[in-house]
Amino acid sequence: MALLEVENLQTHFRTPSGINRAVDGVSFSVNAGETLAIVGESGCGKSVTAMSILRLIPEPPGKIAGSIRLNGRDLLNASAREMRAIRGNDISMIFQEPMTSLNPVLTIGRQLTETIRQHARLGAKAATDRAMEMLQLVGIPEPGRRLAEYRHQLSGGMRQRIMIAIALACDPKVLIADEPTTALDVTIQAQILDLMRDLKARTGAAVVLITHDLGVVAEVAERVMVMYAGRKVEEAGVGDLFRSARHPYTKGLLGAVPKLGASLAGADTRLVEIPGLVPSLKNRIAGCVFADRCASVTNVCRSVAPALELKAAGHLVACHHARREVAAA
Amino acid sequence: MFGFLLRRVLSTIPVMAIVALFVFSLLYIAPGDPAAVIAGDQASPADVERIRESLGLDRPFVVRFGEWGWQLLHGNLGTSMFTGLPVVELIRQRLEPTLSLMAVTLVFAIVAAVPMGVLAAWKVGSWLDRLLMAFCVFGFSIPVFVVGYLLAYVFALELDWLPVQGYTPIAKGLWPWLENLILPAIALGFVYIALIARITRATMLEVLSQDYVRTARAKGLGESTILFLHALKNAAVPIVTVIGIGVALLIGGAVVTESVFAIPGLGRLTIDAIVRRDYPLIQGIVLMFSFVYVLVNLVIDLSYMALDPRIRY
Repeated sequence: MALLEVENLQTHFRTPSGINRAVDGVSFSVNAGETLAIVGESGCGKSVTAMSILRLIPEPPGKIAGSIRLNGRDLLNASAREMRAIRGNDISMIFQEPMTSLNPVLTIGRQLTETIRQHARLGAKAATDRAMEMLQLVGIPEPGRRLAEYRHQLSGGMRQRIMIAIALACDPKVLIADEPTTALDVTIQAQILDLMRDLKARTGAAVVLITHDLGVVAEVAERVMVMYAGRKVEEAGVGDLFRSARHPYTKGLLGAVPKLGASLAGADTRLVEIPGLVPSLKNRIAGCVFADRCASVTNVCRSVAPALELKAAGHLVACHHARREVAAA
Repeated sequence: MFGFLLRRVLSTIPVMAIVALFVFSLLYIAPGDPAAVIAGDQASPADVERIRESLGLDRPFVVRFGEWGWQLLHGNLGTSMFTGLPVVELIRQRLEPTLSLMAVTLVFAIVAAVPMGVLAAWKVGSWLDRLLMAFCVFGFSIPVFVVGYLLAYVFALELDWLPVQGYTPIAKGLWPWLENLILPAIALGFVYIALIARITRATMLEVLSQDYVRTARAKGLGESTILFLHALKNAAVPIVTVIGIGVALLIGGAVVTESVFAIPGLGRLTIDAIVRRDYPLIQGIVLMFSFVYVLVNLVIDLSYMALDPRIRY
C-alpha cells in the first residue's frame, strides 16, 4: 500500500455558468521517500489537485469526490477537526507565492511556533527552540534575529525557506510543493531545490511536486504525472518520460522547452509550440480532451475518450495512438 | 520612533489653532446679534450699543482673537453670557455624563460590531451574513431618538429592567452608573455598530482571500485563530480608522441621546447655549469636542504602528 493514494479524484466547482470540472477523475499514488511531479500547463488542475488533498478547497462552491487515502485512511471522510490535525502535521504544503504566503503582521517566530504548538503540544520555550532548529536546517543565518522579524524584512528566497521550515516543522509524512520555485530567480531556485532534496533524504517524506518547469522535474522527481484539462494523460518514471514520451501533449511540452546553446549550434531556434489553449472545463468533452490541439487527431479521438493504458512497464498513457507509435518506433 | 511620536503630537497644535480660529469666527459668521439678544426685546438701540461695548464686541477682530486666544492658553474660556459662570466650570460639571456615555457606547459598539463583521465575512452569502447586513441597513436608517424611545418603552417601562432616564455619577458605584447608560449606549451605538460592522466585513472579505490565510489553514490552525488573529489583525487598520472617524457621529448623537434619556451632560448644555446664543459657552463646547476628536484620532494614528509592523514613520 502506498503512503498516499488518490483515486478517481473529482473536484468540481459550481459557477453561475455551469459546473467547472477542474479535476476530473485523477488517480495516483506516492510512496514514502518518493517524489512525484505533477506537470501541465496553467489551468490544467495541478494546484486544485494539491489543494484537494488537504481539502483546502472551499466547499461550496467546490466539491471533492473520489477518495484520498493517507496510510489507508480516507481523508474525504475525516471531520473538520481531524483534517486540522492532519494539515501541517501529516501532510503539509508549500505554496507558489512566497511573497504573500506569510502573514505580514505576525512575526516569523509566531508563524513558525504556532504550527509546532498546534500539533506537538510543546511549551513556548520548546517551540521556540524547535523553530530555531528549523531555521538553521533550512539555512537561515542568525535564526534568533529572524524569529522577531516580519515578512517585509526578508528576501524572496528567505521567505520560501521559512515556508519550507514551517511545512517541515512537524516532520510531515507527505510534503506537497505547489510550484515552490516559480516565483524565485534561477540561482535561488537551485538552492531551494537542493534544500528540498536534502530534507527529503533526511526525513523520508513523500513529496508531491507541482510544477510546469520540466527542468525542475528532471532535477528532483522520480515519477512524473502529466495532467491536461483536469485529467491525467500520462504517467511514467522520469527517465522514461524524458526519453520516450508517448502522449502528444507531453511531447509538445518537452518540445516547448528552450534548450541552452541550441541557437549557438546553428539549429532552428524556433521552439515547438502547442497550438491553441486548454479547453473550457465547463462542457463535458466526449472524446479525448487534447483532440482539438493534437496534430495526430483522428475521428476516434473526437468521439471516444481514451482510457489510461499501460503502454510499457510503469508507463501509463491515455491516447488512442500511443500503441501504434510504439509499434512504429 | 520617539521622533515620530513627538512630531505627531506637535502636529495637533496647528490643527487645534485652526479650530480655535474657526470657533472664534463663529461669532461673526453666525446670524443674530448677541448684544441684542442679551438686551432683550424691550431694549433701545442705545442699550444694545452699551452692552456691545461692555462685552468688547466693538473692537477689531484680530485684537479680540488675540486676547481670546491668550486667555484660552491659560485655561480660561471666558464667562457664560447667560449664567455669568466661567465656561470652564460649566463644561466641567457636565463633562462626566457625556464622556461616560461616549466611552460606554464606544466599547459596546466595538465589542458588538467587530465580531458581527467578522462572522458576516466568514459566512459570506449565508443567511447569517444577510441578517447582519440587514441589521446594518436598519441601524443606519433609524434615527437615534426613535431607537431611544423604543428601548426606553420596552426595557424600562414595560419590562422594568433598567431605569427610564437620568444619570448616576461613577463615584456612586459601577453598576448604578452603568445601569443608567445601557439603554442610551445601545440607542447611540446603532449607527456606529452599522458603520463598524460594514467596514469590518468588507475588509475581512478582502483579507480572507489572501494567500497567508490559505497558509494558516494549511498549517492546521483552528478557524477562530485564523479569523481573529491572522485575518483580523490584517484588517485592523481600516477598521480602527473608521472607529476614529465615527467618534464624530457619537458627538452629534450624544446631544440627541442626552435629550431622550434626560442625561445632564454636554448635549443639553450645548442646546441651551445655542438657544440662548451664549457665544462664549458655544465656543467652549465646540473647542472641547474638537479637542476630543483630535485626541482620539491621534491615538488612532499611533495605534497603526502597533497594529502593522510595516508602518514606520
